[in-house]
Amino acid sequence: MTTQSCVMIQKEWDIVAARQLGREIAKKIGVGTVDQARIATAVSEIARNIYLYAGKGKVCFDVIETIDQKGILITAEDSGPGIDDLSMAMEDGFSTSGGLGAGLPGVKRLMDEFDIKSEVGQGTQIKVIKWVR
Amino acid sequence: MRIPILKLYNYLLISIQTEIDDQTAIQFQEDLLNEIHKTGSQGVVIDLTSVEVIDSFIAKVLGDVVTMSDLMGAKVVLTGIQPAVAMTLIELGIHMRNVPTALDLEQGLLKLHQELGE
Ligand SMILES: Nc1ncnc2c1ncn2[C@@H]1O[C@H](COP(=O)(O)OP(=O)(O)O)[C@@H](O)[C@H]1O
Ligand SMILES: [Mg+2]
Repeated sequence: MTTQSCVMIQKEWDIVAARQLGREIAKKIGVGTVDQARIATAVSEIARNIYLYAGKGKVCFDVIETIDQKGILITAEDSGPGIDDLSMAMEDGFSTSGGLGAGLPGVKRLMDEFDIKSEVGQGTQIKVIKWVR
Repeated sequence: MRIPILKLYNYLLISIQTEIDDQTAIQFQEDLLNEIHKTGSQGVVIDLTSVEVIDSFIAKVLGDVVTMSDLMGAKVVLTGIQPAVAMTLIELGIHMRNVPTALDLEQGLLKLHQELGE
């Protein structure tokens, strides 16, 4: 097992702190420059969503290893309002805040694995993985 | 934190050197529009060479500032977008189609020069 590091998201600057930590960890395990940018951007999107829609939550990073691959697992969790229509939220351009609506669908494209669970009134959990190439 | 805006002849030059949080981005938008108004500058170059992350929020702020400046009569060119940032933006689904860009600061100034017909 590896150690997990987390960033609590409760103010705007935490979005920056989270994406910096994500990039740092990615770099340490040998992720290339372009994938580092993908990871930092994805973290920025999910952290901002926590800040905007849930008010607070956390983003955690794990380095994971299988027999033949190594990667970074990013888990974002909040106990906010949840997402009422997930398939809608995953569509390009859908936003309830006047944003670009590029966050969730974008994160899915930027990362290798993407999983989202959300329950109205309970909160949202997103897990994404980027494998080292 | 505030992003410095430099005036050079009738141009404004901005080189973003730090990690920008949302508040800084919004503040910059306001500062730039005020500066255009105050100086009557017709051209603006925003250099992004040192920017390592452009997420959908920052992209929206940059796109908006181009449109707003345009409304005021100033042309904005974005320069120096890193390869990794360009790839990431497209994967996010952000194409910035009507945003003028150039390779670097020098090319950006050249582009303004041509567009403003000086
Ligand atoms: N953590 C979250 N909690 C509640 N709602 C969320 C969360 N993340 C995303 N959403 C909802 O999903 C929509 C789409 O998110 P996103 O793709 O990031 O676009 P944007 O943030 O630009 O609106 C948001 O407008 C919001 O309604
Ligand atoms: Mg978002």
